[in-house]
Amino acid sequence: MEPIRVVTSRAVVLPDENIDTDRIIPARFLTTTQRDGLGEHCFRDRRYREDGTPDPEFVFNDPRARNASVLVAGRNFGCGSSREHAAWALYDLGVRVVISTELADIFRANASRNGILPIVLDPVSHARLLRRPWGVVEVDLEECTISTPGDAPATFEIDPFTRRCLLDGVDHLGYLLGHESEIEAFENRTDSFVHSEGSV
Amino acid sequence: MSPPRTMFDKIWDAHTVVPETPEAPAVLSIDLHLVHEVTSPQAFETLRQRGLAVRRPDRTLATMDHSTPTDPPDSVGVLRILDANAANQIERLASNCREHGITLHGLDSPHRGIVHVMGPELGATQPGMTVVCGDSHTSTHGAFGALAFGIGTSEVAQVLATQCLLQRRPRTMVIDISGELGFGVTAKDLILAIIAKIGVGGGTGCAVEYRGEAIRGLSMEGRMTVCNMSIEAGARAGMIAPDETTIEYVRGRPLAPMGETWEAAVDRWSGLPSDPEAAYDRVVELDAAEIGPMVTWGTNPGMASGVHEPIPDPGGDPSVERALEYMGLEPGGPMAGRAVDTVFIGSCTNARIEDLRAAAALLGDRSIAPGVRMLVVPGSQAVKRQAEEEGLAEVFVKAGCEWREPGCSMCIAMNGDRVEKGKLAVSTSNRNFEGRQGPGARTLLASPLMACASAIAGVVADPREFIAAPVGAMGGA
Repeated sequence: MEPIRVVTSRAVVLPDENIDTDRIIPARFLTTTQRDGLGEHCFRDRRYREDGTPDPEFVFNDPRARNASVLVAGRNFGCGSSREHAAWALYDLGVRVVISTELADIFRANASRNGILPIVLDPVSHARLLRRPWGVVEVDLEECTISTPGDAPATFEIDPFTRRCLLDGVDHLGYLLGHESEIEAFENRTDSFVHSEGSV
Repeated sequence: MSPPRTMFDKIWDAHTVVPETPEAPAVLSIDLHLVHEVTSPQAFETLRQRGLAVRRPDRTLATMDHSTPTDPPDSVGVLRILDANAANQIERLASNCREHGITLHGLDSPHRGIVHVMGPELGATQPGMTVVCGDSHTSTHGAFGALAFGIGTSEVAQVLATQCLLQRRPRTMVIDISGELGFGVTAKDLILAIIAKIGVGGGTGCAVEYRGEAIRGLSMEGRMTVCNMSIEAGARAGMIAPDETTIEYVRGRPLAPMGETWEAAVDRWSGLPSDPEAAYDRVVELDAAEIGPMVTWGTNPGMASGVHEPIPDPGGDPSVERALEYMGLEPGGPMAGRAVDTVFIGSCTNARIEDLRAAAALLGDRSIAPGVRMLVVPGSQAVKRQAEEEGLAEVFVKAGCEWREPGCSMCIAMNGDRVEKGKLAVSTSNRNFEGRQGPGARTLLASPLMACASAIAGVVADPREFIAAPVGAMGGA
């Protein structure tokens, strides 16, 4: 996983609330067995009109979105299905930071395991970002700040473990495997009663 | 004396391998890992790349449900998969399970079904367990007094390799439902009313426990319907304390404990319910008697109201404006009376035997309205067999419904079963998101009773107008 420290980008603003993962990537694209190449399907039914041409009204079709890596979204972004394809698709589209006042739990976990920094921001600072589509923002994970020109930086809170993993590109599976001895001891201690149901 | 604990606390504590600290999440042990074809191939690939084995194949159970066809099998009994990618994904699950020694209920298994129907049916889901699956509706299994939640594919790989997950302890919420559900009002109406009250993000970060007289009165099928949709309120998990209803459901199922082990298990489960003085971070109260048949009018499950209530005015809320525009609805009038094109009875929310019994009882010898397409998709092969033995399938077929093979089907529209663009569907599934049932599809979430009533009437209809007298087991549907 690519470490994240400072991300400077224009902000893509998608103010809708409750954007679900079906909208981020419709289920008909989930028959893949790969993680990559899903960016072309990201927001598919919003990005393209019925005749297959891009809808110029949709933010990710704006030329300014091309190199943008910060997405400012409305409340409860990523709700619904647990599909990690949503995080893979956003990453493939170039998104490295998602900022909202509220992020769905599973999406937040999926994002942080795939090199996307999920930020839950206070409503006042978030509203300020919503008012400035395409404005340049600098997200600093070391300092936990979001800076916009002319304003005092906004600060955000993030789980220290998530932060450390994103800063250092730590792989969660590798970290878990490092607990092998505790896992084995737990299994030896508890299999007799917690797991007495036998094999499934 | 130790401080009073919630059921969640007890299960969490019993599965903590390494406690959480400010710097690191807990390592939590998983009892049952359910696997399906859509969210697992990349996880198995991770194992392959790193040369890792599946740590506990004995705690892992797989099936195929999302992208499997529901058309009847051909003359030699083979299901035809028309989509090459879906066929590849299904084959990948089969080969991954073979390679790692995981029990798979594949296309030819008499136990195959929607993963959240099959697990409980086999007795794999039991009280006190931690249950995970790469599927957000894993919350269903919480109906047994288990801690059950959906995970992403990276986490699927973690559980395959270590049988553990890194988890922060969620907050706790209790939703207390007093009173009894009225005639013709079901578990589905109850959970839609709960989501409408707390909102689609109302449960974010929380493990929710449902309790109260109305919950106690539900069958296991009804409890599964409630817990299933916990995720639609954003909750990490939904759970209900085990009681006699739970124990009677689990007893004798193929993977349930037997003999002395059974007695010991029942004894252990009796200690699971929350201690009377246990504290929750949030308490929500509802009166079941105030809930009527519910239906959604918008594009998330919280946009729901009673079938005779007016569609709300957006009042400048852009998300409501957009939802009504997508749905082709105007504020003001009720949902009752709107013309219906498609009716779907199925999904991990409402495709269990009791749902089909309630639906068939309402249908009786009536037919669905001309021009309405109605699919009935049993939740599993076991449900399908039972419905055929009980004569329910015959009722559906005579009424003009399509009686299909089990699977997720039109809930997620991955297998060819979908609602046409612009058509209005009354669906017993769990998500009315834009495009969920097909691009441009307009979904109304409702109970199996309302789905059947609407199919007969050809318009969204109140099921109470179609049932002669109170039916005893209605609460579960």
